[in-house]
Amino acid sequence: MLSAGSRRAAVETPAVRIERSTRVLGGRTIWRDLSLEIGAGEFLTIIGPNGAGKTSLLKVLLGLLPASGDVDVLGRPPGRGNPRIGYVPQQKAIDPDLPLRGRDLVRMGLDGARWGPGLGSRRVEGRVAEALSWVGAAPFADAPVGRLSGGEQQRLRIAQALIGDPALLLLDEPLLSLDLHNQREICALIAGWQRESGGTVIFVTHDVNPVLNMTNRVMAVVGGRWAAGRPDEILTTKAMSSLYGSPVEVVRLGGRVAVLAETGDPFGSHHDLTAPPGKVQAGR
Amino acid sequence: MMALLHYEFIQNALLSGAVIAVVAGFVGPFVVSRNMSFAVHGIAEVGFTGAAGGVLFGVDPVIGLLVGAVLAALGIGTLGVRLRDRDVAIGSVLAFGLGLGVLFLTLYTRYATEAFTILFGTITGVSRGEVILLTGLGVLTLGALAAISRPLMFASVDPDVAEARGVPVQALSIAFLLILAVAVAEAIQAVGVLLVLTLLITPAAAAQKLAVRPAAASLVSVAIAATVTMAGILISLVTPYPASFYVSALSFGSYVAARLVGPRLVQRRYRLVA
Repeated sequence: MLSAGSRRAAVETPAVRIERSTRVLGGRTIWRDLSLEIGAGEFLTIIGPNGAGKTSLLKVLLGLLPASGDVDVLGRPPGRGNPRIGYVPQQKAIDPDLPLRGRDLVRMGLDGARWGPGLGSRRVEGRVAEALSWVGAAPFADAPVGRLSGGEQQRLRIAQALIGDPALLLLDEPLLSLDLHNQREICALIAGWQRESGGTVIFVTHDVNPVLNMTNRVMAVVGGRWAAGRPDEILTTKAMSSLYGSPVEVVRLGGRVAVLAETGDPFGSHHDLTAPPGKVQAGR
Repeated sequence: MMALLHYEFIQNALLSGAVIAVVAGFVGPFVVSRNMSFAVHGIAEVGFTGAAGGVLFGVDPVIGLLVGAVLAALGIGTLGVRLRDRDVAIGSVLAFGLGLGVLFLTLYTRYATEAFTILFGTITGVSRGEVILLTGLGVLTLGALAAISRPLMFASVDPDVAEARGVPVQALSIAFLLILAVAVAEAIQAVGVLLVLTLLITPAAAAQKLAVRPAAASLVSVAIAATVTMAGILISLVTPYPASFYVSALSFGSYVAARLVGPRLVQRRYRLVA
């Protein structure tokens, strides 16, 4: 899946282009006048409190939700079933009794949407095996998915997203409920894929720290407002305060960033935009 | 015992039992993985109303049963679009359907014995014509299931990714309800309205304790459904008790056994998982 042939030459068109997009849901503005261009090969990290519309933005790009304005994904309007987009949604628990192996889950990313029972072939099995070994999931590929650990399941989901050789990878809180070791491993996989394929990554998270050194650009979404730029432009007391509309302090501690809001946050109870994982986990 | 096999009604019972069990065995794993036990129950009870209506209006109760089951499936599919609404939609459709059933029962007083047979099954009362009908429907159902099985599995296991990948999740859910309606109508012939779960849930539930591959789980489910149905019919021929009882007892026995043996079996094969 990462052969030389699949390496994309520098593409002229941006991976994602959003122009003056607004999304309103039930009278509430999720985002207003959003304009953003994500170049091919970029790593964009989207941060913001729960309910800020991070997942919705991914779903707009996937063609699953409507939004006003001009949106182009890989040079065309968003539409379902684009094989050039890999998607890892927020983790959900899988029934431990479900008769499905990791191998089967990964294969769905290749031909799961096709009709017919799909008895498989050497070629399909070969690609699945390749994807499994690439994410280091080969040792547990034949075990029931629902009995694997969170980190193991997440490797499988990433293999499922990458097996179709996408140009754009959308990840929705892929580090949620993973311990520090697994967070690092998953981040290394994504970074490795990007290095080898030159693909574009959009990474949704509430904690920017694990991906800070991979991130080219950060977009913060808060209460319908947004800001995007280099991490050192966005993750500052000034930028965050103006985004939140209230005093917010951005603290850097040994290469890590914490965004601390004062009391009286006008956007509800979510005071930490980004925080050390331990703190966020405890609050969940 | 062998001499019994020369009777036409016994041949009919075994033939239709085999068809019904194979259909139920293949449909079951999807019912289990989509958490649709309650839908099976709802469809079956409205099927009962359809059969009662059939008797009342002079239509073959098997046709009435099918019509009732399909209408129930469509009602559940239309009202319960969102998963959260589904149970409530099923409950509402089921309650209304049964209300109609009570009305039909009152309007047609001779119905009491018919009602008993539909509620508890009369596999030995199946005619040759009905065997052909059940087989035809069974083949159609399995063909339709085979056609949609891969995207249906994707949509059942991983609806978010499936939708992003272009799987018509909503349409598949309706299509599966229709397949389920036919499977339920068939299973009612064997074990009756009140015991359909014994063929549509129990074998699949046992199978998923024993198998870890989707295809293997389907085959084990079919094998269990077919074995308990055939054995149940045969035992009922030489004892004074109904086949439905034996089928449900054997089916439950297979589930208990699978629960006892399964975890050890699976864990030994996948030591990594422990």
